Amino acid sequence: MEQTWIILGASSTMARAFMQKLAEQGAGLILAGRRMDDLKTNASDALARGASMAEPIAFDARDPGTFQPVIDLALKQAGQINCAVFVGSMPPQEEIDADPAMLDGVIADSFTGPARFLQMLAPHLEARGSGSIVGVGSVAGDRGRIGNYVYGGAKGGFATYLSGLRNRLGREGVHVMTVKPGPVDTAMTQGMDDLPFMTTPDAVADDILAGLKRGKNVLYTRRIWWPIMTVIRAIPEPVFKKMSI
Amino acid sequence: MIAMRWRKDIAYTGWGRALTASGRVARPVTEQEIDTIAPAFGNRRSYGDAPLNDGGAVLDMTAQDRILAFDRKTGLITVEAGVTIGALARILPPQGWLPPVMPGTGIATVGGAVAMDVHGKNHHNTGSFCQHVTALTLLQNGKRRKITPDRDKRLWAATCGGLGQTGIITQVTIQLKRCPGEVMVVTERRVEDWAEHIAHLDASDATYCVGWIDATATGPKLGRGILEEAEIGSGLAPARPKRRSVPLDAPSWALSGPVVRAFNSVYYHRVPATGRTVVRAFEDFFFPLDKIHDWNRLYGKRGFHQFQCVVPLDRADTLRAMLAEIAESGLASPLAVLKRMGDGRAGYLSFPMPGYTLAVDFPNRESARDLIARLENQAIAARGRIYLAKDGLAKGPSVKAMYPEHPEWVAQVMKADPDGKLATDMVRRLDLRRL
Repeated sequence: MEQTWIILGASSTMARAFMQKLAEQGAGLILAGRRMDDLKTNASDALARGASMAEPIAFDARDPGTFQPVIDLALKQAGQINCAVFVGSMPPQEEIDADPAMLDGVIADSFTGPARFLQMLAPHLEARGSGSIVGVGSVAGDRGRIGNYVYGGAKGGFATYLSGLRNRLGREGVHVMTVKPGPVDTAMTQGMDDLPFMTTPDAVADDILAGLKRGKNVLYTRRIWWPIMTVIRAIPEPVFKKMSI
Repeated sequence: MIAMRWRKDIAYTGWGRALTASGRVARPVTEQEIDTIAPAFGNRRSYGDAPLNDGGAVLDMTAQDRILAFDRKTGLITVEAGVTIGALARILPPQGWLPPVMPGTGIATVGGAVAMDVHGKNHHNTGSFCQHVTALTLLQNGKRRKITPDRDKRLWAATCGGLGQTGIITQVTIQLKRCPGEVMVVTERRVEDWAEHIAHLDASDATYCVGWIDATATGPKLGRGILEEAEIGSGLAPARPKRRSVPLDAPSWALSGPVVRAFNSVYYHRVPATGRTVVRAFEDFFFPLDKIHDWNRLYGKRGFHQFQCVVPLDRADTLRAMLAEIAESGLASPLAVLKRMGDGRAGYLSFPMPGYTLAVDFPNRESARDLIARLENQAIAARGRIYLAKDGLAKGPSVKAMYPEHPEWVAQVMKADPDGKLATDMVRRLDLRRL
């Protein structure tokens, strides 16, 4: 069946790797994001790689007015509709501490924006009885840490939301997969030194595609993060609150 | 717009891992992010110090990997410099096109292919990579320039094979070649000695032709190997070999004399005495070693050097003497290649010349370094030259003697980058910016 993928946050490095692989499989791509010039280049790239269609469209997680046109464009495509969410922002925690107003934006980028979009998309997928949703969260969402707890809080909220959405859509034939990457070598992590178990956008994209094939519900990438986060989640709060990890 | 960010004190090497550097590395995702002029590298498949800038800054171009424009009717494609040759070889054949020239690894980037003016197994009839490039975009001090071979003759010739010294190569337009099939039909035959090897290379009229040579065979077997001739075919299904990787640095005996001799003997006898014709996937034919991920680790922590030279057609005897010395030394690795080259070259420092080229890997040991120095002298005496993409050991005066157009290159480089912001460890080692 013909596949159309809505890519939210399509100018992110991780989205680019995923989109290139989908393009080579001949999927249609709706590239939604804020940087239109960059999205246009991504669309040319996708078409050259074999995408059946590739259209850039404006999407801003903080501006719900941009959501409906993306859904309308998707509904015009034949075949199965899928959506992958790569939006998110991670300003340094100190900056948010100094300017609490920044919190709203981080939550909108990483949680409420994409959740509201998926909420609007869900009935259409339900009606069609097929499709996949990939929501990219973060291992940072598994437990709040001193270093980035606002970002972590947003990603944690998003993961909980996705769990519920999976519960709702799973029974209608729509698969929802939560992806929790550790540090990935992208623009977001550039300039940070020596992050542990770093992976690449290309490897994450491969893992997502493999996870979709196997029907995974929650995917840690690299896989080592699953045992690590299991341990970190198990640390009792009285101990954890004194740790700086 | 995301600002370009630096990671500090990053250690990195070329493919041979014998030479190392450390310094600041940035990995800009788009050309617009580049706010500093510094040497650029791709996947660092050059063996020596061409991609190194010890103590300074470098730009990793591999994140810029998009195809910007592709005309399926004319086969003209414009790509960002970080697109790999392997990606093009995977994406284009189903659409009827193929990169006209492909080096022995698909992991090399298009930007690197320009900076080294690489060649492939079809050099004798198709020429070098840059001869199929129709436009380039360079970032020079404060300005962005699109150049073409007609409008910018000298700067073009200094850029093709020019080691990235005329500007950061950001975009490349390539005239692709039509691809009439989806597999390679490869004829392999044993050749018993040097004379037969050369005779076959001379007589071959195949589109793709290369000889694997057993650089451990001596005496009457000197120069024995397997000749591979190939054409693009269609309607056949190739066998799919497994991907493997080398997870750890190998111990020092992994490529010792007896192991290599045994491997080479098996490799030689794997092809039946009467020869055979096999069907291979493009990537298995063009990039045979990419299947073994990180194979450079087979040489252990100290790394290795590759010696590659070309000598004029009438000096095949010199090359034979060089091979004899290599075989006697017992230092050679399994991966030795012999090929006849045509006259195709695009730049002042382009490697190819009509003649025979020999490439041999050596573990990074003093005896091997001494041997490479002797081989270099023989190449100069034969009016040949060594390939800078492979080199990590040569001396400046020898290289300048091998490349008679070096003064023209210097003139262009000093205009394009007068402050030496793009200078690399190789450029400094060979003192290339001076006459």
